[in-house]
Amino acid sequence: MHDLIAITALGGTTPRVDTVAGVTCTENPAVALASVAARLGQEAKAQKALAKLIDASAPDVGQHAGGTIAAFWSTPDQWMIEAPFESHEDLADQVNSAMGDSASVTEQTDAWTRFDLTGDPLASVLELLCILDLRKISAGSVACCSIHHVGCFVLCRSPEEFSIYGPRSSAGSLHHAIVTAMRSAL
Amino acid sequence: MTQSNRLSGGQIDRNTTVNFRFDNRSYTAHPGDTLASALLANDVRLIGRSFKYHRPRGLLTAGSEEPNGIVELRTGARKEPNTRATTIEMFDGLEATSQNRWPSLKFDALGVNDLFSNFLSAGFYYKTFMWPAAFWEKVYEPIIRRAAGLGSLSMEDDPDEYDKGFRHCDLLIIGAGPSGLMAALTAGRAGADVILADEDFQFGGRLNSETLSVGDQNASDWAAQAVAELSSIPNVRLMPRTTVIGAFDHGIYGAVERTGDHLPSLPAGKPRQILWRIYTKKALLCAGATERPIAFENNDRPGVMMASALRTYANRFAVTASSRVAIFTNNDDGHRTAADLHAKGVHICAVVDVREDAPVNYDYEVLSGAKVIDTKGRLGLTFVEVALPDGSTRTLDCGALGVSGGWNPNVHLTCHQRGRPVWNEALAAFVPGSNLPVGLTVAGAANGRMSTFGALQSGAEGAAAALDLKGAPPKLPEAEDAPVAQKPFWYVEGCKRAWVDQQNDVTVKDVKLSYQEGFRSVEHLKRYTTLGMATDQGKTSNITGLAIMAEVAGKSIPETGTTIFRPPYTPVPISTFAGRMKGQEFHPTRLTPSHHWAKERGAVFVEAGNWLRAQWFPLPGETHWRESVDREVRQTRASVGVCDCTTLGKIDVQGTDAAEFLNRVYANGFAKLAVGKTRYGLMLREDGMVMDDGTAARMAEDHFVVTTTTANAVSVYRHMEFVRQCLFPDMDVQLISTTDSWAQYAVAGPNSRKLLQKIVDPEFDISNEAFPFMACGNITVCGGLRARLFRISFSGELAFEIAVPARYGDALMRRLMSEGEEFDVVPYGTEALGVMRIEKGHAAGNELNGTTTALNLGMGKMVSKKKDSIGSILSEREALVEPDVLRLVGLKPVSPEDKITPGGHLMNAAGPVDAANDQGYATSAAYSPILNSNIGLALLKDGANRLGEKMRLVSPLTDLTVEVEIVSAHFVDPEGERLRA
Amino acid sequence: MIINHPLLGPRDAAEFTYLGDASMIDRPDWQAEDAAEAFYDYAYLRDNLAGEHRELWYHEAGDRSWLVVTRDTTTHEISKVELARDVARARGRSK
Repeated sequence: MHDLIAITALGGTTPRVDTVAGVTCTENPAVALASVAARLGQEAKAQKALAKLIDASAPDVGQHAGGTIAAFWSTPDQWMIEAPFESHEDLADQVNSAMGDSASVTEQTDAWTRFDLTGDPLASVLELLCILDLRKISAGSVACCSIHHVGCFVLCRSPEEFSIYGPRSSAGSLHHAIVTAMRSAL
Repeated sequence: MTQSNRLSGGQIDRNTTVNFRFDNRSYTAHPGDTLASALLANDVRLIGRSFKYHRPRGLLTAGSEEPNGIVELRTGARKEPNTRATTIEMFDGLEATSQNRWPSLKFDALGVNDLFSNFLSAGFYYKTFMWPAAFWEKVYEPIIRRAAGLGSLSMEDDPDEYDKGFRHCDLLIIGAGPSGLMAALTAGRAGADVILADEDFQFGGRLNSETLSVGDQNASDWAAQAVAELSSIPNVRLMPRTTVIGAFDHGIYGAVERTGDHLPSLPAGKPRQILWRIYTKKALLCAGATERPIAFENNDRPGVMMASALRTYANRFAVTASSRVAIFTNNDDGHRTAADLHAKGVHICAVVDVREDAPVNYDYEVLSGAKVIDTKGRLGLTFVEVALPDGSTRTLDCGALGVSGGWNPNVHLTCHQRGRPVWNEALAAFVPGSNLPVGLTVAGAANGRMSTFGALQSGAEGAAAALDLKGAPPKLPEAEDAPVAQKPFWYVEGCKRAWVDQQNDVTVKDVKLSYQEGFRSVEHLKRYTTLGMATDQGKTSNITGLAIMAEVAGKSIPETGTTIFRPPYTPVPISTFAGRMKGQEFHPTRLTPSHHWAKERGAVFVEAGNWLRAQWFPLPGETHWRESVDREVRQTRASVGVCDCTTLGKIDVQGTDAAEFLNRVYANGFAKLAVGKTRYGLMLREDGMVMDDGTAARMAEDHFVVTTTTANAVSVYRHMEFVRQCLFPDMDVQLISTTDSWAQYAVAGPNSRKLLQKIVDPEFDISNEAFPFMACGNITVCGGLRARLFRISFSGELAFEIAVPARYGDALMRRLMSEGEEFDVVPYGTEALGVMRIEKGHAAGNELNGTTTALNLGMGKMVSKKKDSIGSILSEREALVEPDVLRLVGLKPVSPEDKITPGGHLMNAAGPVDAANDQGYATSAAYSPILNSNIGLALLKDGANRLGEKMRLVSPLTDLTVEVEIVSAHFVDPEGERLRA
Repeated sequence: MIINHPLLGPRDAAEFTYLGDASMIDRPDWQAEDAAEAFYDYAYLRDNLAGEHRELWYHEAGDRSWLVVTRDTTTHEISKVELARDVARARGRSK
């Protein structure tokens, strides 16, 4: 076991939590990520392997699915795999073995910072942050969009629980935008 | 006496009294008032001075079209100039100041301009300030700036928060008057997602200003009931205090919601205004109509107002501008004002109606076929002079004159996509044309349906049509449906100073003069006279100006043309457009994993794109940045230094065709690169110029890790996706950015290996034999953490780049520092990095400047001719390969203390200094603490063959001439022995 | 403007980066006799029409798809949006 101590994207040793009225924004570093991109001509095989890995059909455009290991659609024939960091720090290796030669796998754990928004009403916070038509978003939806000029993924787990993934290096700006929007809207 | 002009009734909250100040005097008002209605209630008619002539001005209107009643709202940093008193919602403690006057509103020294008005006519800027030219900057401009202009800025930072947001709906309804409310009811009841926006704080539009009935209710009660019903429909979103400022492409509308302007102070964290971007397939414009004035002599005197505004003040705000009011009209609507005011107990001196057949009223006198020919009163109206049809004149003793010239539909948003309104003869007004923004339709008075019933009906029909609703139309309440015919009457003949555009001080005469001087297009008229170009965009003046021009030209109005309107509908503070992107948050900031550590060390940061990078790390006692940078360079070259290079773009390239893909995007070859090896790569644009450089490390047969420069990370990734998707779509290659995934550090200097050996786990041999120059591989560090090691060097020293998952970057940097203590390790920033790369002669951003080829940079041989790669064909163009093309060389001043100035040009040692004799230019410069000399890099004609030559580096702009020697660009370790050690 | 992304549906043009004439897909053969001339035309001579124009847009803040958007440059009306990769294949590009 190595002895290097991790810090969160915002620079803390513990995740940052902000609550305004009924909405909480939690920095969530406890997630391992890996991207899976199907090899050319092996798309069907990759989808099958992915389905087996996440125990659900490979998510279609704009969707996420799965259990402990889950996946969301990111670009054509490409998905992001999520799993708990604690048990899956080596997620990329695990996914790589599961996919065999059907896909290219890249570790993405620290490429992203994740903020979980929970509570009510999230829609009034999100409408200040991103362009998404929230009427078309329900549990299981994922959308890419720009927040504060930073490219993000927005996952709807339920109307009271959203996850926002943004580039790790921009965590501070993204956090500023989210918390400002919370104060503004709530 | 307070609120001496207050009437009975109205929609104000009389149970609450609030205090406000105007020009440092205290007054009282009620919630529901605007600043304008409150000032009138307190008998304040003089509000400001005009733009050009500093003439006393009062309120003209009761709405956002107001040209005159503009004030500075609030004080200190929150002071907002040019706000319209007619739209400022009253709150307790409101403070406002008149503007454009000095020293005081009642005595304005620049009122003298008015006496020189003959010299300030149309185009006076162009005519007056022409000679002598040298006077413009020093004399004319400062004087004009002092005299003209409207409000003044606080010159302090705006302390308030602003926000932006995005909303989506099926139908956006713009305006909540009778048509808007009826449209919202129709659409809302049908289940559509509706946004109903209105600039007013109270929905209802003209319904709140009239004594009409809708169904069996008073009009304003009907409006209130409609609003109550709409509030209960979950799919209807009501946005009061929200101005839809623009109609943009494809159903995108801009709207400004004033969330905090009506509050004495903003609650913490709450925005003052929100700029909404509303996405909708359909929009219904229900913006109503604006009453237009008639121009006559001295029609700008405080107390001369729009008749409909007097009605609004009386019915909605329970205020009259004066106890004695006269009306000047060309249509029946003026009589409606007289009747309403009379019913409220205001004395109607007379209704002056230009029509011979004016309707007769027995409650007050009607002067048919008469005209107002002048007004009197120093700072406010006291008398009106009327010309009667028999040629006699009569003086009316009154404090307010209501003017009605008919109504103009508010077509503004229909023009935002260059749609042109069309002339409607019956209304003598422009109505929306056929070329509307896609998805926008128009209802109610905005579409020329002037009656209340017409508005209700067209609102309901408009909503049903927009949403394609089936089924029976909703039952409409009964309301007045009188036909409206307007016969134009634009101005009273024979006036010397009859004002058309009161905000920009344009008279009837100015319009005529500009025509006589040859300005025949309406657009030219606007620009020459400035008619309609003030902050009100000529809402009350454009049509009159156009009509006068048509008359002088002897053409009809539609033949003369029309001006169209642009966004924003009403002025928007710049802060609102900025939203929360201001100050430090002007753009998103990217931080490296060692940022917090570097901050603790007192690093000085520099912006590199969105990144903040440590520029140097000053130690206590170092007073000049050069001391820190020189030390960092010396210590690195003597022992070991560490630099955060996380910001370099990193792209994961995988797939069975990955190597061939890189062959195409890089000018040099990658197919034969062995696994475990890294290669420098030069990327060209298709035109043969260098786009970027970096390295590609082959981690596996089908896996490369590519790096780009910090600056080009985004564009290179975009370019690679273009090549993959658009040029070679059948290549099996997958791309993903990993820039943020890895914290990457350059560990450079003769002791770099020794330092890394203390960190890299022992099973990985990083000796020169096992891990030679340009090797790469997956390793573990510190007892098992996955990491990547690359033996590459930008400094020219024995060097490595080590990458760990970003979350451990901070810990690794601290570990490198503590383990490196025995080697006197030094962290170095981008300045030292730059010095060392110049010493080594590596091209970087200054040399990869978009105009240089591989040949220019001394890398011409890298461009492989044996394969297809982007840019290779055009890099061979004749002019790019001539023998004397620019080549990268080093510069050394003959006197080491002489500075090299990047951008300076090289001239031969003797001969003229001019463009014809230009030999090249310096690109980069630094002080080399190793050579104890200033040094530089340059691009020099035929440079490779001119080493040893003495030249002059000149910068005529800064009067600089430095004698330099042309040397090899590789100042340090030209044979590259160190990096292979 | 709204670009109706073939996979993601209507998206604001602000999420995209513009490149230009879709003829940039038709990159010449590097081994052809007239390669130098063909590449010169390819790199420098682009159509810039007043009217219907096929152009390349990149969904930078989205799914990173390159799109071929058929847009009337005089009205901004967008009549067709395709994945550039499909267009490239249809025009005979491969590897």
